[in-house]
Amino acid sequence: MEKLTYRHVAALRAKGTRDQAIVGVVASGNLEVLVERGLPDGECEVEIRTPVEGFGDVWSAVVVDFVGRSSPGGLKLSINDGGARPDMVALRLAQAVRAIEGERS
Amino acid sequence: MSSPSWFEASARQRVKEMLDQDSFVEFIGPEQRETSPHLSLFDLPEQFDDGMIVGRGLLDGKPVFIAAQEGRFMGGAFGEVHGAKLTGLLRAARDVGSIPVVILFDTGGVRLQEANAGELAIAEIMRAVVEARLAGVPVVGLVGGRAGCYGGGGLTAGSCSALAVSEQGRISVSGPEVIETNRGVEEFDSKDRALVWRTMGGKQRYLIGGADVFADDTVASFRDAARYVIEHAAALDLDTLQAEQVRLEQRIERFGACADAIDIWRSMGAADPQSLPGMAFEDFVALADGLKETRHVAR
Amino acid sequence: MLLADILASLFPGGHEVIVQGGLASGRGTLPSGSQLAVIGVDGRLPVGIDEAARLARHVLDVTTSGSNDPILVLVDSDSQRMSKRDEMLGLSEYLAHLAKCLIHADAHGHPTIGLLYGHTAAGAFIATALATRVLLALPGAEPAVMDLPSMSRVTKLPIEVLQEKAKSTPVFAPGLDNLAQTGGVAAVLDPTRSLADQLEAVLTTVAGTGLQADTRDQLGKQRQGRPKAADIAERVRELALASV
Repeated sequence: MEKLTYRHVAALRAKGTRDQAIVGVVASGNLEVLVERGLPDGECEVEIRTPVEGFGDVWSAVVVDFVGRSSPGGLKLSINDGGARPDMVALRLAQAVRAIEGERS
Repeated sequence: MSSPSWFEASARQRVKEMLDQDSFVEFIGPEQRETSPHLSLFDLPEQFDDGMIVGRGLLDGKPVFIAAQEGRFMGGAFGEVHGAKLTGLLRAARDVGSIPVVILFDTGGVRLQEANAGELAIAEIMRAVVEARLAGVPVVGLVGGRAGCYGGGGLTAGSCSALAVSEQGRISVSGPEVIETNRGVEEFDSKDRALVWRTMGGKQRYLIGGADVFADDTVASFRDAARYVIEHAAALDLDTLQAEQVRLEQRIERFGACADAIDIWRSMGAADPQSLPGMAFEDFVALADGLKETRHVAR
Repeated sequence: MLLADILASLFPGGHEVIVQGGLASGRGTLPSGSQLAVIGVDGRLPVGIDEAARLARHVLDVTTSGSNDPILVLVDSDSQRMSKRDEMLGLSEYLAHLAKCLIHADAHGHPTIGLLYGHTAAGAFIATALATRVLLALPGAEPAVMDLPSMSRVTKLPIEVLQEKAKSTPVFAPGLDNLAQTGGVAAVLDPTRSLADQLEAVLTTVAGTGLQADTRDQLGKQRQGRPKAADIAERVRELALASV
């Protein structure tokens, strides 16, 4: 089991007032993302636990792309990975932000 | 918009959509990160809620305790934390004595990586179900998920006051693969999906009296079914157990020599038993309610 | 120990327990004079719908007999019977019914005590031994949820790897010690001493009581076999009570 943590500066605070949300499921090719507030408005953290080791570069790239596209300021995102592909990871991260901002996922 | 498919929905969606809007309050939610202490030994990923959601909400304005298994995480299997959450909920229901419990089953049975903890969890859950029922609390089960309701899940479902099942909701102890592995393909061909459905599926369970309500595969239908079974839940007392004893003995007398579910349906009076598996929901319910074993069955 | 030897040690004055088709039923009188109802599965018999219905019938007969006899459940079984017929006819209902009858009897003046003296597994284990209030065992008993070869197939891990992992935790591998450590087996009896004396000692702790708290999860915590179950269940119970 590999644990990866990425911290980024985020341009905008995530909208909404919900404290937390969860999307996805830990299953083959899938993942769950638990998203919580609590960080300073300009920061974002993504913590990943994955049984597929040695893909730090890929995770890092997906997270950089996510932080650039979404506005996850103030959010901590915790991932339990079931061996998801990068496009699925990107989808779930975006869903997680929408969920905590109050949109239906 | 039509009601979402129960089979396709996640455990969280089922809970959210089934209860009155925004009424659900979770106990030990995923943010508590109470995950399995055993999966890491096998290098397997954890899920923050360990595949079991428990809490409280409203159904038509009335309070219910609710538990839901996520069938896609580890096949919805019972592990130590997963099971203990349901045990705690049932013990609370027993202590309160008036709030019904709704269990959304979706499980392959005991989680093998923590098999002893899972097996004991089932034993504790079944005892807690009986204790809650003896305290006058309806404990009802809904079965229609991807993983079905196998192993200890089947036994737990059999301990409930009443059950609702959809066509997709298989209820069984040994799964098809387990029977085939242990007894050979001649006994049970697990790849024969039609055989699996007619032997263990919701239609067969409803017809022989293994479930009280046949639900369509929608959240709305299961919501209606939950309301109905809570209203019609059997009390657990000596009369109920004796009636169940008779019911189960009679089932063996009537159908014990049948080689296949088709034979059972034929001997129940179905004119064209072969057509039952393919029959649409309304047609099947209409036919089944004329054929099926004693309504409001004791369990 | 063999069933006949167990019965002889429990009931030195003789008993009326018969074994038919692998199922035991009847009654005996302990040396102290207290009566005991007995049911059981012998000879590693699989428990299918027919067996479960017969055993449940015996339990209901005891419940309606007007006595206050404890019920002793003797177990040397296979797992549930794995067959098309049993599942087609609703084995889950039959096993659940048997468990319900035992727990109901326990709550209504017939304390239930299980005695595991051989094998048992999976659904048969849940519906018989694990449906009793106090589960005892004799050395050499072999409770299992699933055997290691089957577990190896499902988890896709070699048996040697499973055996190695089993050294560090009692949570998954078969065996009496593991089930005891996780809280499923209360005590292991000493076969060199009178079983009657040992059973009487247990009976004095349960006689005359109604349904009591299920403490198996706490036992599992004390014995360090199940680190989280008791605390999680209690936390959920308290949260649920506080929400009302």
